[in-house]
Amino acid sequence: MEDLRLTERLVGTDEVKIQARGVNVYYGESHAIKDVDVDILDKTVTAFIGPSGCGKSTFLRCLNRMNDTIDNCRVTGSIRLDGQDIYDRSVDPVQLRAQVGMVFQKPNPFPKSIYDNVAYGPRIHGLARSKADLDEIVEKSLRRAALWNEAKDRLDQPGTGLSGGQQQRLCIARAIATSPEVLLMDEPCSALDPIATAQVEELIDELRANFSVVIVTHSMQQAARVSQRTAFFHLGNLVEYGETGQVFTNPRDPRTESYITGRIG
Amino acid sequence: MMEGKVPSEQHILSAFDRDLEAVQALIMKMGGLVEAAIIDAATSLEMRDEELAERVRKEDRQIDELEELVNEEAARVIALRAPTASDLRVLLSVLKISTNLERIGDYAKNLAKRTSVLVQMAPVGDSGGALRRMAKAVAEMLKDALDSYATRDAELAMDVRIRDRDVDQMYNALFREFLTHMMEDPRNITACMHLHFIAKNLERMGDHVTSIAEQVIYVVTGHLPEESRPKGDRTSLVTDGEEDE
Repeated sequence: MEDLRLTERLVGTDEVKIQARGVNVYYGESHAIKDVDVDILDKTVTAFIGPSGCGKSTFLRCLNRMNDTIDNCRVTGSIRLDGQDIYDRSVDPVQLRAQVGMVFQKPNPFPKSIYDNVAYGPRIHGLARSKADLDEIVEKSLRRAALWNEAKDRLDQPGTGLSGGQQQRLCIARAIATSPEVLLMDEPCSALDPIATAQVEELIDELRANFSVVIVTHSMQQAARVSQRTAFFHLGNLVEYGETGQVFTNPRDPRTESYITGRIG
Repeated sequence: MMEGKVPSEQHILSAFDRDLEAVQALIMKMGGLVEAAIIDAATSLEMRDEELAERVRKEDRQIDELEELVNEEAARVIALRAPTASDLRVLLSVLKISTNLERIGDYAKNLAKRTSVLVQMAPVGDSGGALRRMAKAVAEMLKDALDSYATRDAELAMDVRIRDRDVDQMYNALFREFLTHMMEDPRNITACMHLHFIAKNLERMGDHVTSIAEQVIYVVTGHLPEESRPKGDRTSLVTDGEEDE
């Protein structure tokens, strides 16, 4: 006889999407990420938690080479997406970012219509062959981002006219319009109210059917609610990485325990 | 909350609902096993069916394992979802109900153990039938308590709580009966001691079911019933050779 564990906590696959080995990041002299090894699973929400300045955002930005844009930033070690080294010379960072999408802390829609916000990525990457094709991508992305019903009658209106929560879902729609394989989210709910936050969290839970999602959050409760895997960073080290339920009920490292119970910041 | 909108029963984050349902489903499953254990244990006693008694003893393990699982899962939901208000009450009730169910399961197992001893001895009166009727009353109370939990029916839970008095009275009657048998013939003492413990354990099961019913009332209303429990067990007042009415 089998007893069902809380199923949504379980990960449907153990396929590694992103494999990081010996990753070090330096900003000039300062050593921001220290020798991090991590396997990020496909079709799983992975949360990065840790106090401010612990390196979680820095590490997240390594995953789609956003750190390339910072002058004095140096990344060593290897990060492989489906086995392919993303820091290899042959990799085009623009192409990479279409595969590894990103959503930021503050909703940042382009000053364009809702439609054009979503259509922007597919257009520049040449993913649509016709207007009908593009319409379909826009509708599908907005539906997946749970925004279609609210936006379908105002597609030509500016994205900036939406509410904060809607804007964030628009940014998620924009990020998934290029059919990425991985979605990186840096504090996607910190500018949202609790209801909009819950809606985005519900969306994240649905997205994991198709994507590997990595989310950086200051809210431990959010990490607990949405993720299946949690990584705790502290002073540039990856202290603990494990199944979210285990990390929050029985962490292995005393530093993790201290952080999640509110004893160190 | 939007104006004029009735609060939804569902959480926006639907995984929370699935978690809550999953833990409660474990409780219902555990309850079903415990109910069967009570009936089977009492049947094994009446029918002097050692095999059935043995099965009840073995299957108690499953109940114990489920209790552990419920505790783990409830702890997990509390840690991950930070439940509040009615959600918190549900999780607290889950923890308490699983403890009660586990205890009832242990009593059923003990009944089955004593059955294995009793079948070696001559039967005493018609106590097997009386004990089975008592077990049936307890099992029915348990079934209703679990139903009231599933349907959030505080009235049914209240009714279960009141019915515990009947079980107490059955115990009183059996207590006297066993006393009489023992006084009549000291050779009955061993069997009667076992039978008395069985009756007492059934009476305790009724108390645990009452606790479960009280948890249902707590989940639904937010507080435990105020009036004291109806009590029918007066055997603690029985003195030597004298009726206590």
